[in-house]
Amino acid sequence: MTKESNFKRPDGRNVDEMRPIKVKVGVIPNADGSAMFAFGDTVAIAAVYGPRKMHPQHAQDPEKGVLRCEYNMLSFSVDERIRPGTNRRSTEISKITEWALQPVLMLEKYPNAVIDVFINIIQANASTRCAGINAAALALAHAGIPMKNLVSSVSIGKLDKQLVVDVNKLEEDWEEGEGPTDIPVTMTPDGRITHMQLDGKISNEQLREVLRLAKEATKKIHEIQKEALKKSVETGGKE
Amino acid sequence: MSERKLVIPGEIIVSEKEFLPGEWTEKRNDEIVAVRFGVAEEQDRLVRVIPISGTYQPRKGNVVIGQAVNILSSGWFIDIDTPENAFLPVSEFPRYINRGEFADVLDIGEMVVAKIINIDKRGIDLTIRAHGLGKVEDGLIIKINSNKVPRIIGKEGSMINLIKEETGCNITVGQNGVIWISGKDTEAELFAKKAIMYITENFFMEGLTEEMKRWFEEEKGK
Repeated sequence: MTKESNFKRPDGRNVDEMRPIKVKVGVIPNADGSAMFAFGDTVAIAAVYGPRKMHPQHAQDPEKGVLRCEYNMLSFSVDERIRPGTNRRSTEISKITEWALQPVLMLEKYPNAVIDVFINIIQANASTRCAGINAAALALAHAGIPMKNLVSSVSIGKLDKQLVVDVNKLEEDWEEGEGPTDIPVTMTPDGRITHMQLDGKISNEQLREVLRLAKEATKKIHEIQKEALKKSVETGGKE
Repeated sequence: MSERKLVIPGEIIVSEKEFLPGEWTEKRNDEIVAVRFGVAEEQDRLVRVIPISGTYQPRKGNVVIGQAVNILSSGWFIDIDTPENAFLPVSEFPRYINRGEFADVLDIGEMVVAKIINIDKRGIDLTIRAHGLGKVEDGLIIKINSNKVPRIIGKEGSMINLIKEETGCNITVGQNGVIWISGKDTEAELFAKKAIMYITENFFMEGLTEEMKRWFEEEKGK
């Protein structure tokens, strides 16, 4: 990556460098499981309730449990106040989060039940869905939900022709050259993809490169997630 | 693998062929992988994960402690910390009760030690017709995570007997994580609570009963 390393990112990071990650497990005592995950200025908190009986009854699945995610951006999370409550974008991200987490969850152990995941973005600086998925994966593990693996999520951006890891707001609105492309990817630590979105245009070859970068980055995130989960026990649940 | 080890979902516990997957583990190409957050333990080549978090999953035969939340013409609804309230019918009360006397025997807000006799899709049924079950008289009620209950009780009740002996309190542990402590005074009850809280904070420690013996000596020396 000799050619690429000359590229200057707005905040001075290397192209494959993520913002400083902060993780804490067990932030909401009332929930069955909870976690906070931050990519620099983007902070997400996730709370898990359940498994509990699904209501209304017609929504129950007698074969497996149901995962219900709710993504929400708090009105003060961005520079200009956003109207609180569900909107088109948050409905989409809630669904995407469900799909990103479902492949690793062993929901067949909880027929007729529902697992509720509430994700709140308390501060946003792009990559909120990735931070949300990371927090939710931790919160689910913390809630004792059986999982085949953890998942980690990262967004890969294409600024003009340059690929970068973990985009922030400035980069998301990149205006030079080909403009910005944002590719959020969610992976298990063994490199299997559970979720990938593409907002923009990208060539086949570059997409391969994106996956390579994502694999590397999610591995790093996984290590941090693992450490945070274990630390939550060693401190006796309190700090 | 000999010692206990904290594992997260997807983590490889052992990679030798001769081990067998137990509870909350899975075999993936000769490796035994945890599928739940907890403490991994090996016994006679069987590897299992003991969960340390999560909600209480009611099982038939469990002794639980709950609070009466509603009175119906046929019995009481008891909150035992499950998504659905459990039902305690009058027929499962040890003696005959007249209609209208329900609230005198067990009023809303009062606690009861009960046993789960049946679980079906309609709900959970309780009984108090056995030794050691019945209304909670005076004392202290505390709540811990239900997954830590086995550690409070210990091997064949070794831990709970130790706490009872050292504090002089009578302790009833519900499988749902609700604990009833009744001692001669509040001080003794609070001391027992402190001991239980110490166990829940150090539940992953090995030789915990020995550690608690030491802890009691240290606390008494103060």
